[in-house]
Amino acid sequence: MPKSWISDDMRALVGRTFGSRRSSAPISLSDVRKWAIAIYYPEVPPRLFWDEEYAATTSHGGVVAPEEFNPFAWFTAEGPVMAPTWEGPIRDSGPESAFGVKGPDTTFILNGGMEVSYGVRMKPGDVITSSETTLLDYQERQSRLGLMLITRSETTWTNQNDQMVKVTRGIGIRY
Amino acid sequence: MAGFHAWNRFAAVNDEFVPIHMDDDAGRRAGNPGAFGMGNLQFSYLHAVLRQWIGDDGRIMEVACQFRAPNLRGLTTIARGKVVGFRDEGNEIIVDLEVWTETEEGTVMAPGSATVSVPKSAYVP
Repeated sequence: MPKSWISDDMRALVGRTFGSRRSSAPISLSDVRKWAIAIYYPEVPPRLFWDEEYAATTSHGGVVAPEEFNPFAWFTAEGPVMAPTWEGPIRDSGPESAFGVKGPDTTFILNGGMEVSYGVRMKPGDVITSSETTLLDYQERQSRLGLMLITRSETTWTNQNDQMVKVTRGIGIRY
Repeated sequence: MAGFHAWNRFAAVNDEFVPIHMDDDAGRRAGNPGAFGMGNLQFSYLHAVLRQWIGDDGRIMEVACQFRAPNLRGLTTIARGKVVGFRDEGNEIIVDLEVWTETEEGTVMAPGSATVSVPKSAYVP
C-alpha cells in the first residue's frame, strides 16, 4: 500500500479539462418513457413522462424528461456508442490516461457520489451537448478498504439553445 | 425490492453493463456480499421521492448524494426526505432538504441533500 496514490504528474493535471464535447441525438419520446419506466419500476411513472395529452395540460406544455435522464446512451450525434465490455475489476478508469499520464495502481473504482445543479428541463427533440470534463481535485482518506483516492470532476450540459441543463460534479473512489 | 429486475432495466436505459451490477463473483471481488445496484439508480430514487413531494409544477434545483452502503439484492429500498429549511422568493418557495435512501432495517445507503422550488400558486386556494 503506497503512502499516497497521487503522483506529481497527477497533481499537475488538476484544473485541466479532458474528454471531448459530445452531442446527443435528438431526445426521443420513447427514450424518455423507457427511462421513466426503468427508474420507477415496479410502479407506474408519473404521467408527465409518458402521457402526451396529460403533459400538454401542465406548466411544461408537453412531456419532459426526468431531471437525471441520460440522453447519451446507445447513440449520439456521432453514431452508435459501442460501450466497452468490462471483464473483471474496472481498471484504468480515472482521467489520467486521457492526458497520457500514468494513473494510480489501484484495483477497484466505485461511484463515490455526485452533486448536480439543474437548469432547464430536457424534452423530446432537444439535442444535449456535454462539455469537456474539468478535473477539479484529488483527495485521499483511509478507510476499511485501505487508502482511498477521491477524484472530483465537473461537466456541464447545455441544450440546442445554449441554455444550461445540468452541471454535474462526479466523485470517483479508487482503492 | 432491489435486484436484477430493477438493475437490468437501469443498465439497459444507460447502455452500461458492468460486472459488479450483474454478477455475484464480481460483486464479491469488489468487497461486497454479491452483485449490488448502481449508485446512479439510488440517485434516481432520490429524484423520484422529491418529485412525489413537489409534483409536476415543482422544480428540482440541486441534488447531491454519496454512496455509503451497497444496495444488495432482496433489500427493500426506501427513499426519504426531511425539510431542513425554506425561504420565500416571491412567486416560489425554495426548500432545502436532507434526502436519503435506506433499507427496511434503516441502513442508510445514499445520504444526500436537495434544494427544490415550489410555486406558491400551487398552494393558493
